[in-house]
Amino acid sequence: MNAPVSVRQSRSQPDGATGVPAILLIPAAIAVAFLVLPLAALLVRAPWSTLGSLLSTPEVRDALRLSVVSASLATLISLVVGVPLAWVLARSQIRGRGVLRALVTVPLVLPPVVGGVALLLALGRRGVLGEPLYSATGVSFPFTTTAVVLAQTFVAMPFLIISVEGSLRAADRRYEDAAATLGAGRAMTFRRVTLPLIAPGVAAGAVLCWARALGEFGATITFAGNFPGTTRTMTLQVYLALETDPDAAIALSLVLLAVSILTLGLLRDRWLMRT
Amino acid sequence: MRPPGRPPALQSVVLGLLGVLGLLGCGASDPPTTGAGTAGEERISETVTVFAAASLTDVFTVLGDRFEAEHQDVTVVFNFAASSTLAQQITQGAPVDVFASASAATMQTVVDAGLIVAEPEVFVQNTLQIVVPAGNPGAVTGLEDFTNPDLIIALCSAEVPCGAAAVRVFEAGGLTPQPDTLEQDVRAVLTKVELGEVDAALVYRTDVLAAGEAVEGIEFSQSSEAVNDYPIALLAGSPNPGAAAALVEFTASPAGLDVLAAAGFQIPEG
Repeated sequence: MNAPVSVRQSRSQPDGATGVPAILLIPAAIAVAFLVLPLAALLVRAPWSTLGSLLSTPEVRDALRLSVVSASLATLISLVVGVPLAWVLARSQIRGRGVLRALVTVPLVLPPVVGGVALLLALGRRGVLGEPLYSATGVSFPFTTTAVVLAQTFVAMPFLIISVEGSLRAADRRYEDAAATLGAGRAMTFRRVTLPLIAPGVAAGAVLCWARALGEFGATITFAGNFPGTTRTMTLQVYLALETDPDAAIALSLVLLAVSILTLGLLRDRWLMRT
Repeated sequence: MRPPGRPPALQSVVLGLLGVLGLLGCGASDPPTTGAGTAGEERISETVTVFAAASLTDVFTVLGDRFEAEHQDVTVVFNFAASSTLAQQITQGAPVDVFASASAATMQTVVDAGLIVAEPEVFVQNTLQIVVPAGNPGAVTGLEDFTNPDLIIALCSAEVPCGAAAVRVFEAGGLTPQPDTLEQDVRAVLTKVELGEVDAALVYRTDVLAAGEAVEGIEFSQSSEAVNDYPIALLAGSPNPGAAAALVEFTASPAGLDVLAAAGFQIPEG
């Protein structure tokens, strides 16, 4: 958890006697304490001796598997439709791109539980789209694993879009121009030149998207419900465990914390090394 | 922005952190929500914080308004959630004046933690009812329909009082329900029915009344197997015990009982 601080220090420049004015130091220290202490508390209170048995119950394994599978599917969907959308936002000449970008990034700032309500009203059995679908095919999404994936995709895809769009804007377009002058069509240029150029941005966006999907709670419990094996993901399991078995809740939280730190490690080059 | 660095700065950071820890330590021991209300106050004034079961949401809001009308200086603040969630929050140190639980077992966890002054009193009782969306799209007639895997069924999670009561009625009926979701409190179940997303659910009869036209209630014989007692108690750490006691008395007054009975709660004998 000290990684961000130490990385910054190692890259600091000798530009003054102390580097930080006291007036900034105290609020900064408060911020560090506020962000780090709760996580430290999780480690201090962790039931280390019984951790193995707490994490090997069938409910936990079900929840963990469901979380990993649904978050991966959500990331896959986000890649398939999100990367093209990012290209549209970064490169196309479509009018109202700014409005479009604002619209598709709303879920980024929307409280997830509101996202869940919105999904229910759109895709629920009595929803705007869900009702005709249900009466035509008998398919309804709420209370299914599909709903979990949809909820996660809804909240996580904007992270991927933003990340990929940023990479597209930063990419040197002369390579694409060169490919075009050499006779490559637009599809081929995108596949053989653009995609490899922005691959690190896509990878970072996918990792971020996956982590966000894994942590999804509000939209899931609202839209997908809460049932072991089908819709009870790790975060829902933590919430439930807190009422009956706080030690299990801490153990599960540790797993999610470890995943978060791993994610940060994977994104290290993009976020922590930034000068 | 220049990155910070160098050992002197690091030392200051550590000192700063220690200072902050000191501040946090002091802050944590003060009850944060209710302000200056202190024990042993003569005059009834200020804020009463009430943690109440989700099924009491509507009726306690009305009771709170009536109480505030009679006691102009008092503001009643409610936190409605599953009783088990509230009990957890109270045992973790939430500053509360009054706790009204939807089950004696949940209240007992707070009593066991030594946080209750006097013996909690059962002030109302409630039973379960089948609830279906208006028009009963799943053609539900009784508790037996809850075993039909083709119907979308919502129940409370077994950890919360309405879920524990549901377990008892299904045991009494010798039935194995096929739920599609186990919700965290009774109002979450009710909402799913109101939205028409589930075909049937078990909630308290008072919830069916509160939901009005959007839902229909269906009686079932096994409901008498799970009569939920609602105990109410004053908390030992009550920041405002005078007003809190007055509020608890008000729930047992004729005016309070009228409101509770009108909402469909049963008033226990004696």
